[in-house]
Amino acid sequence: MRIIICVKRVAVLSDDVAFTDDGLAVDPDYLDFTLNEWDACAVDEAIRIRDAVGEGEVVVVTAGDPDADGELRRCLAMGADRAVRVWTEALRQPDPLTVAHALAEVIRPEEPDLVLCGVQSSDALQGATGAALAGFLDLPVVAVVTMIAYDATTRTATVHRELEGGMIDVVETTTPAVLTIQTGINRPRYVTFRAIQEAQGRDVAVQVAEPFGRRAYGIRGMSMPTRRRAEMIGGNPTEIAARILQIVRGSSAA
Amino acid sequence: MSGVLIVAEHRQGALREVTLELIAAAKELKNAGVGPLAVAMLGSDVSAMLGVVALDGVDEIIHVPVAMDEFNGEVYRQALPALIRQRRPLVLLTGFTVDAMSYAPALAASLGLGFASDVTGCSAQKGWLTATRGLYAGKVQVQLDFGDGAPVLLMLRPGAWSPAGGFGSPVVTRLEAGVDLSQVRIKHREYITPQTEGIDLGTSDFILAIGRGVGEKDNVPVFERLADRLGATLACSRPLVDSGWLPHARQVGQSGATVKPELYLALGISGAVEHLAGMKASGTIIAVNSDPEAAIFNVAHYGAVTDLFALAEALEQLT
Ligand SMILES: Cc1cc2nc3c(=O)[nH]c(=O)nc-3n(C[C@H](O)[C@H](O)[C@H](O)COP(=O)(O)OP(=O)(O)OC[C@H]3O[C@@H](n4cnc5c(N)ncnc54)[C@H](O)[C@@H]3O)c2cc1C
Ligand SMILES: Nc1ncnc2c1ncn2[C@@H]1O[C@H](COP(=O)(O)O)[C@@H](O)[C@H]1O
Repeated sequence: MRIIICVKRVAVLSDDVAFTDDGLAVDPDYLDFTLNEWDACAVDEAIRIRDAVGEGEVVVVTAGDPDADGELRRCLAMGADRAVRVWTEALRQPDPLTVAHALAEVIRPEEPDLVLCGVQSSDALQGATGAALAGFLDLPVVAVVTMIAYDATTRTATVHRELEGGMIDVVETTTPAVLTIQTGINRPRYVTFRAIQEAQGRDVAVQVAEPFGRRAYGIRGMSMPTRRRAEMIGGNPTEIAARILQIVRGSSAA
Repeated sequence: MSGVLIVAEHRQGALREVTLELIAAAKELKNAGVGPLAVAMLGSDVSAMLGVVALDGVDEIIHVPVAMDEFNGEVYRQALPALIRQRRPLVLLTGFTVDAMSYAPALAASLGLGFASDVTGCSAQKGWLTATRGLYAGKVQVQLDFGDGAPVLLMLRPGAWSPAGGFGSPVVTRLEAGVDLSQVRIKHREYITPQTEGIDLGTSDFILAIGRGVGEKDNVPVFERLADRLGATLACSRPLVDSGWLPHARQVGQSGATVKPELYLALGISGAVEHLAGMKASGTIIAVNSDPEAAIFNVAHYGAVTDLFALAEALEQLT
């Protein structure tokens, strides 16, 4: 069987923020990068399924520029078999439809049995790319999945869909299908420094996709949200603790 | 092409609150000249919910009969294109909810709609739509527009609009969307309600909640003891449950408990929307975090930038 996981190199904002001159993006100097937490769970889950089935291939795919190769190699170090990076100029302004379309172009010919995405990316928080991908591929999609039982004989998957409040909706889907993976489905395996080093020498296949030709949105501008700030308590930990206790004792709750 | 079409959300026979928030947002767009406001309801029998949706400002409720009552994204992906072709709305609204996450983006992709999710504000001017959403855990806001006037599907963040109220008298119509249940690839099996393990965060007046800032499992007992000493109930953010350090019954947030204690003391919690969804209505919120920019400080009444272990130790010494 073949499992494809879409993984994203996500940006983490440092304490300071500055925008680019056109005001349409955050200046990359103020960003750090890492593998999206949800995607690490998805990769781990794919490896588990492959190993449980006893055969098959786990392929990680990202849509982005060569800077994302580091995150792909991290997934190889976790145990993925192959890495593909897709690029199209439209990805300079990524929106979920543009990204999903580019991903679909490389995933379709792979004829996967399962496609796993994260529920959301920690920087863009769109919760949309996985289901959009299912739209382009015309596959069923289940969002916010916390358990997967794949049956290789019937080629169906019984999955837990986590609803608001924590209730689980148990559903069964035919495969191929797209599943968006929620944290907690597993505890992603530890990757050794040695495995990461070894993965540095592995290949990342690069493909160029046709542009979608339509954008989900245009960006007009960025700004810092106006904030209602808490009243800040200063001082050393003892002084802060004393003030907190005062607030606690002043309320009728304690 | 004109008007706003809302997709109502319901579960186990009850309308979900977010639908009323969508109506509130849609009324703003309607007043800005986008056109009439219709609410689509998919299901076999929606009559019991009609009264809740028949609110002031709603012009039409469209019942799309489908012989399936549990939510199924496949049904929505089949039915909504027909509905959109018929009614040609300018704007489609759904909640940014678990259900909508499994059909709305797919619809936007296959129909080539304008699209944005987790939207916290939207407005229209002469048929041009703009929307606002957050980036980088809400630390940055981005303003979006949607170009050439194709329909735009917006998924609105639950809680960002106050629910609409006031009764109205919309017409109720029926629209056959030609759903073919034999083509539905997903089957609902059952619901499983989470274990409460005798813990009820909802009744506590004072909650001490810990987040990923506690670092490791072995540190959790420190805060169990602290909560005991302070007379507080211990709660946590999702990563602690994901890691198996505390049971799900102690999780506050969108996929956990919704709480409204008089006092909520948050230690080492960043303030992700999904966490805030479960506790922002608390009476007094005190947040302690080593990051002065943590989003939790935007909902907290009191905040302190310090190491939570040093603070826990100081609190223990003073009590
Ligand atoms: C569909 C969905 C549902 C979700 N439901 C929930 C939910 O119900 N509840 C929930 O909580 N989350 C939920 N989440 C997850 C949510 O998006 C966040 O990932 C989560 O809330 C982060 O938890 P945290 O704040 O503890 O961790 P982090 O975001 O990692 O924050 C840890 C914080 O601790 C601070 N810190 C670190 N060390 C120290 C120290 N020594 N002293 C003081 N401060 C320190 C850091 O500055 C940081 O702000 C959901 C996500 C999705 C997609
Ligand atoms: N540029 C990308 N490359 C590969 N996968 C992506 C990319 N952007 C988003 N995804 C996938 O879509 C999921 C949800 O992201 P988002 O819709 O941005 O919240 C992520 O967890 C990834 O699995």
